Amino acid sequence: MGVTLSEAAAKHVQNFIAKRGKGIGLRIGVRTSGCSGMAYKLEFADVAESDDLQFVSHDVTVLVDPKSLPYIEGMELDYAREGLNEGFQFNNPNVKDACGCGESFQV
Amino acid sequence: MPTLRFNMALLQISEPGLSTAPHQHRLAVGIDLGTTNSLVATVRNGISVVLNDEHGRAMLPSVVRYAADGHVAVGESAQAAQSDDPVNTIVSAKRFMGRGLADIGDTSRLPYRFVEVPALGETGQGGMVQLRTVAGAKSPVEVSAEILKVLRARAEAALGGELVGAVITVPAYFDDAQRQATKDAAKLAGLNVLRLLNEPTAAAIAYGLDNASEGVYAVYDLGGGTFDISVLRLSRGVFEVLSANGDSALGGDDFDQRIHCWLLEKNQLSALSPQDTRLLLTLARAAKEQLTEHEEARITAVLSSGEVIDNLLTQDEFESLSKNLIQRTLQPLRRALRDAKLSVTDVKGVVMVGGATRMPQVQHAVGEFFGQTPLTNLDPDKVVALGAAIQANLLAGNRSSDEWLLLDVIPLSLGLETMGGLVEKIIPRNSTIPTARAQEFTTYKDGQTAMSLHVVQGERELVSDCRSLAKFELRGIPAMVAGAARIRVTFQVDADGLLNVAAREMGCGVEAAIVVKPSYGLSDAEITRMLQDSTQHAQDDMQARALREHQVEANQLLEAVGHALEQDGMLLEAEQRARIETQMRVLRDVLPLTDQRELKRAISALNETTVSFAQARMDKSVSLALSGKNISDLEVK
Repeated sequence: MGVTLSEAAAKHVQNFIAKRGKGIGLRIGVRTSGCSGMAYKLEFADVAESDDLQFVSHDVTVLVDPKSLPYIEGMELDYAREGLNEGFQFNNPNVKDACGCGESFQV
Repeated sequence: MPTLRFNMALLQISEPGLSTAPHQHRLAVGIDLGTTNSLVATVRNGISVVLNDEHGRAMLPSVVRYAADGHVAVGESAQAAQSDDPVNTIVSAKRFMGRGLADIGDTSRLPYRFVEVPALGETGQGGMVQLRTVAGAKSPVEVSAEILKVLRARAEAALGGELVGAVITVPAYFDDAQRQATKDAAKLAGLNVLRLLNEPTAAAIAYGLDNASEGVYAVYDLGGGTFDISVLRLSRGVFEVLSANGDSALGGDDFDQRIHCWLLEKNQLSALSPQDTRLLLTLARAAKEQLTEHEEARITAVLSSGEVIDNLLTQDEFESLSKNLIQRTLQPLRRALRDAKLSVTDVKGVVMVGGATRMPQVQHAVGEFFGQTPLTNLDPDKVVALGAAIQANLLAGNRSSDEWLLLDVIPLSLGLETMGGLVEKIIPRNSTIPTARAQEFTTYKDGQTAMSLHVVQGERELVSDCRSLAKFELRGIPAMVAGAARIRVTFQVDADGLLNVAAREMGCGVEAAIVVKPSYGLSDAEITRMLQDSTQHAQDDMQARALREHQVEANQLLEAVGHALEQDGMLLEAEQRARIETQMRVLRDVLPLTDQRELKRAISALNETTVSFAQARMDKSVSLALSGKNISDLEVK
């Protein structure tokens, strides 16, 4: 289980890391915030913390802190285009409700 | 089990530790910065509500009082001091926004000490007027900022957080200078302006969402100091402003003035002190409000001279006093309908906005004009703020689905000066904004490497009858024969009604652009006059345009023939040459005259005389091109 990336997402992450010139992978987490309770964190990872859980999907290392994992277990990170915007999208099976803008969610 | 589909945001990867915080429901407000009163509203739990102050009052009188110690009072407390301290108590500052002293006109009835600000920069136009108070000279922008600051504090206290931004409403008639002044005031008050929105359009949002029925609507907005009429079309949730018209020097204040003048007449008063003027105006306003629900109003006062005033004003009397004020609102109404190419019967509903529409005689006159009872089910004082709040909520990103578009219009056509002082309209008036239009122009002379662009606003055909907005130059055009260069000029009007003009030579890509900086000073009377002139002078303008076009043509022809004579004069026999020169002289003589027919005749005469010359030149250039080539090279392979 854990967290996976779609092929498109993995390709884009690799591109972004290559362009940035450094980074060991991607850090995904959640934090309490926003109008529906929780928000995703999507960052480049430069160092792995000792308690980080690591997943590898399509050659991309994904770091998740153990507190976040229950909320995003089984999630797939996808890359999508909507109109003029492109970006990463979380397909999270744990989400029960999200706010109108989709930036914040409840489990 | 049904699958729930949530709206998913698209995220970008952040640097470690820098994930952007999602909005904590972005706090955004709509502000109706009125001439008489101002309001602030926000969307709470999906419903637009007006925010009250700690005393439960929704309306903040747009009154600012400056004290010698630097203290600034805004609203009720300032209003209370109007009679005692009229010079330092600024009311209706909105009327002076973006205005020079000359635009304001008769200041003798106003208690303020105006300060004329010298012209700004090279535009040569006067700066915005200032008002001298005990705390120093204050510009209308600063006064408005004080009002906005109070509303901002009220909103932040009520919502418990910092505002992301605000939508501020302005009369549809506000020109660039007035819009920019409003934006400046917001900036000064620490507000981020999400958008400026036309007041009638805001009202339509408030009504449109509640009633959401398709069709053409008229918004009749008689506020404290401005009158706006807008014709809107609502279809499938989309608002389109078909036309806008109005008189931003007409409002409820003028009704107070009428009662005030009536009092002066009744009591044979003249030259009152500022205190007495304020006192009577305040009483006049109270009487006006009382007459909305009562048959009569009693006005009593003791003037500083000790003179006692005691008059009874009946509704009938008030109606006849204010009759021509109401008539003045009907003319823009007809014009707006005409601009929208609609008749009264096309209008499905009439929305009433502004406190002054509570007056029974106003409702009656509007009902009669449209042949239907106007809509008054929302509080006419609040609709604009409520609509602005809905728009602010949308722009702040709190609503993601069910989006509708909002289209505003520009009040006067925008164009460019072309040869001969003619105006080429690029964006016609009443075009919906935001908008961008482009048109191609070319050079007038051989080898021309620069082009001067003159941006004008107005409806007339001649530049001299329109308002000059900006001038700039496009340089570095490669030298080419006249008419060969392709210069694309783009006019772009953003959602706030501000203009951007860019010119680009398509061959080599040289560019020049200008943001039309507000040049303070086109008065409402001027806008109205310019619009009226354009209809009254349509015939003259057509003739003037035709004449100018012929003059341009004549000049071009003279230049071309002169050039050809210089180059290829030897191809001509003396007699032929003399004939051409005679015709050139004839044309030159009639050129300054205004006889279009004569001019046309001279042009064709010269054209005819030069036919054989042109033929000879053509033969010469062909033989030149062919010289040195073997005939076999020319054979079609």
